Amino acid sequence: MASKTAANEHHGFPWKHLIGFVLSIVLTLFALWIALETDLSMTWILIIIFGFAFLQAALQLLMFMHVTENSTKSNLTSRVQIGNILFAAFVAIVIVIGSVWVMTAGHAKHDKNQHAPKTENHENHGGGSEHDSGEHGSHE
Amino acid sequence: MKWDEFFVTGDPMIYGADVSIVLTMVGILFYLTKYKKWKWLWDEWLTTVDHKKLGIMYIVSAVLMLFRGGVDALLMRTQLAVPEAKFLDSQHYNEIFTTHGTIMIIFMAMPFLIGLINVVVPLQIGARDVAYPYLNAVSFWTFFIGAMLFNISFVIGGSPSAGWTSYMPLASNELSPGPGQNYYLLGLQIAGIGTLLTGINFLVTILKMRAPGMTLFRMPMFTWSSLVTMVIIIFAFPILTVALALMTFDRLFGSHFFTLQGAGMDMLWANLFWLWGHPEVYIVILPAFGMFSEIISTFSRKTLFGYKAMIWSMLLIAGYSFLVWVHHFFTMGSGALVNSVFSITTMAIGIPTGVKIFNWLFTMYRGKIQFTTPMLWSLGFIVNFVIGGVTGVMLAMAAADYQYHNTYFLVSHFHYVLIAGTVFACFAGLIYWYPKMFGYKLNERIGKWVFWVFTIGFNVCFFPQYFLGLDGMPRRVYTYSEESGWGPLNMVSTIGGFMMGIAFLILVYNMYYSFRYAKRETTGDAWDGRTLEWSTPTAMPPFYNFAKIPEVTGLDHFWRQKQAGKVEKLKAEDIKPIHMPSNSGVPFIMASFFFVAGFGMVFDWMWMAIAGMIGVFATLIYRSFEYNDGYYVSVEEVIETEKISK
Ligand code: HEM
Ligand SMILES: [Cu+2]
Repeated sequence: MASKTAANEHHGFPWKHLIGFVLSIVLTLFALWIALETDLSMTWILIIIFGFAFLQAALQLLMFMHVTENSTKSNLTSRVQIGNILFAAFVAIVIVIGSVWVMTAGHAKHDKNQHAPKTENHENHGGGSEHDSGEHGSHE
Repeated sequence: MKWDEFFVTGDPMIYGADVSIVLTMVGILFYLTKYKKWKWLWDEWLTTVDHKKLGIMYIVSAVLMLFRGGVDALLMRTQLAVPEAKFLDSQHYNEIFTTHGTIMIIFMAMPFLIGLINVVVPLQIGARDVAYPYLNAVSFWTFFIGAMLFNISFVIGGSPSAGWTSYMPLASNELSPGPGQNYYLLGLQIAGIGTLLTGINFLVTILKMRAPGMTLFRMPMFTWSSLVTMVIIIFAFPILTVALALMTFDRLFGSHFFTLQGAGMDMLWANLFWLWGHPEVYIVILPAFGMFSEIISTFSRKTLFGYKAMIWSMLLIAGYSFLVWVHHFFTMGSGALVNSVFSITTMAIGIPTGVKIFNWLFTMYRGKIQFTTPMLWSLGFIVNFVIGGVTGVMLAMAAADYQYHNTYFLVSHFHYVLIAGTVFACFAGLIYWYPKMFGYKLNERIGKWVFWVFTIGFNVCFFPQYFLGLDGMPRRVYTYSEESGWGPLNMVSTIGGFMMGIAFLILVYNMYYSFRYAKRETTGDAWDGRTLEWSTPTAMPPFYNFAKIPEVTGLDHFWRQKQAGKVEKLKAEDIKPIHMPSNSGVPFIMASFFFVAGFGMVFDWMWMAIAGMIGVFATLIYRSFEYNDGYYVSVEEVIETEKISK
């Protein structure tokens, strides 16, 4: 049933989708190239590929996900829309910042420099020396 | 790879399984051919896009998976009944607890609930189908194929054995060689596509397809709980998808996301897993809450107490469920600050849950309670679930959790919430909506036996485990010594486990018995219900659900109409042609290609994986160019269907 209305809205060649698709692929390949083929420092690589990632997310929201379309029909739909976007932002922030915090606090931080067998973790986090050693007795 | 490595060999139990699988297959093929049922199977089931039939297929698959997972459980309980038993060796035991956990959560609990949601939600909101019926079929078939792929592991290639949590580095190539762990990754990945699509489908269905007059705050509570569940699914499942993909890369293509070498972070897997995993436990409990709300209100003959409070507490739970994941690995040692923060968020999530418990109690307060079987399961739920919740709050205290973690105390906690919550709800919902699906009720007398045997068995099985846990018995051990003193309580626990097994058999017998002897319903309103699904004139709604879409004026619309004696009679002049979606075999074919691709990946046979994926893309492309806008059911046909059924 729903397809009836959907079918009326889209006609003609889906240029928008095609451009979005091609640009997404180009951005991904670019990121890959920066990471594998250039000899920029780690920090710069991270900054650049993060930049590409945000760009691509924005692109997809625009080209595929109809962010700019606002519903004039009912304000329930737009409220739901806004709620959804806010919740998405909340979840994304929780996942990223939460993970970084959890994975670098306390024990995980010690791992870098202290325990011999498990230390190949990261390059140079530098955080290994200031720590309180009280909170982890047993680990292996 | 040699053939004797391909098939699992050497264990008499596995040979038994091989034989029974082959016999069952031959039996089914024989039956289908002899009674000329192939066309029926294809037309009525494999190609259907009808939400009620897909729901029934989900439920049938879930019951089968409950059987498989239950057999796993009883094998484990047999091994643990006495100290130093030799029934299973440690590898076999590891495989069994891994498949048990994975199957019960991913292939039993979720499909059971999604099946009931499929059957009920469109009817409850007065819709003729879901928003995307075709996608719904894709959801079902990808789930089904994912489940099958996972299940064949124990006869072909070997089962995964790193636990349903599959922590790294245990799940890495070095410590879990062979295809077992790949089955876990691919089975869950394929089934996960289906779950995500279901999330999108039902979110849109509930937001967009409600009958006129049914505002959000007039929706039945089960529909509300489904809506919130779908939101959690949409935001939580992508985390699992990504984590599974990264581990697949690690195992198949030599990347180092979670490995010990090459700057991998093994604990990042645990972190991502639980970022999905905790929301997941709410995905399987919220629909259960919704069902109990419907059932308690129906059989107390009262409107649900605190309707809005129920909704707000669910929304709060949805938000909170993303903020507590670290409580699953307090002992990883992220430090006092991290643990304290997550301790507090975890305890806070108990508050909205408590609010709901009181709402159910107040719904019953001064109601005219009818002790039907669905109601018995609901009452049993309240009592037992509280025990699970209280022990959850005990686990939430990070400092104390160092003692409880990975002991039988934890095992008992999550069985008290998952069985007394989700499984009780599946049984209650199945019995409650059985007449909607099949046109007759399950026998109530036998049903009460099932309830009592199961509930007593459940407590006999799991209550002692709290004490075993406090006494230090770790989870996931295949045996223990005589001196530990854990023997007697384990024996008690095993007895309880078998009681639940017996109850399951009685339930299955009840299905057979009721099929043969139950009185067929003559109206659509088997329980004197309150919500729209009971308003169809026939016991089983026709494929288009409603000849005329109802107009809703408030909460419990159908009930209030009945009270006022104003249930509308359908008139021939009200009927208009009905637009319905066409059946399609493509979802089934697409899922079969997924099976080929998944199987190829499991064995690292890339030619096969690529061939399978080409098939998947071919079906996608085919679908993109297919212009099928469905068909119209003529007024005459509707009139005839409605007449015949009266
Ligand atoms: C009052 C609410 C709840 C609280 C405070 C709570 C708390 C906890 C905590 C702290 C743990 C980790 C313990 C450890 O690993 O040492 C845990 C484990 C678990 N909980 Fe809950 N829980 C609650 C409700 C639920 C519900 C509703 C479900 C599912 C329906 C559930 C399912 C589980 C599962 C499956 C595990 C263990 C998973 C594993 O390690 O394999 N919990 N819970
Ligand atoms: Cu949790």
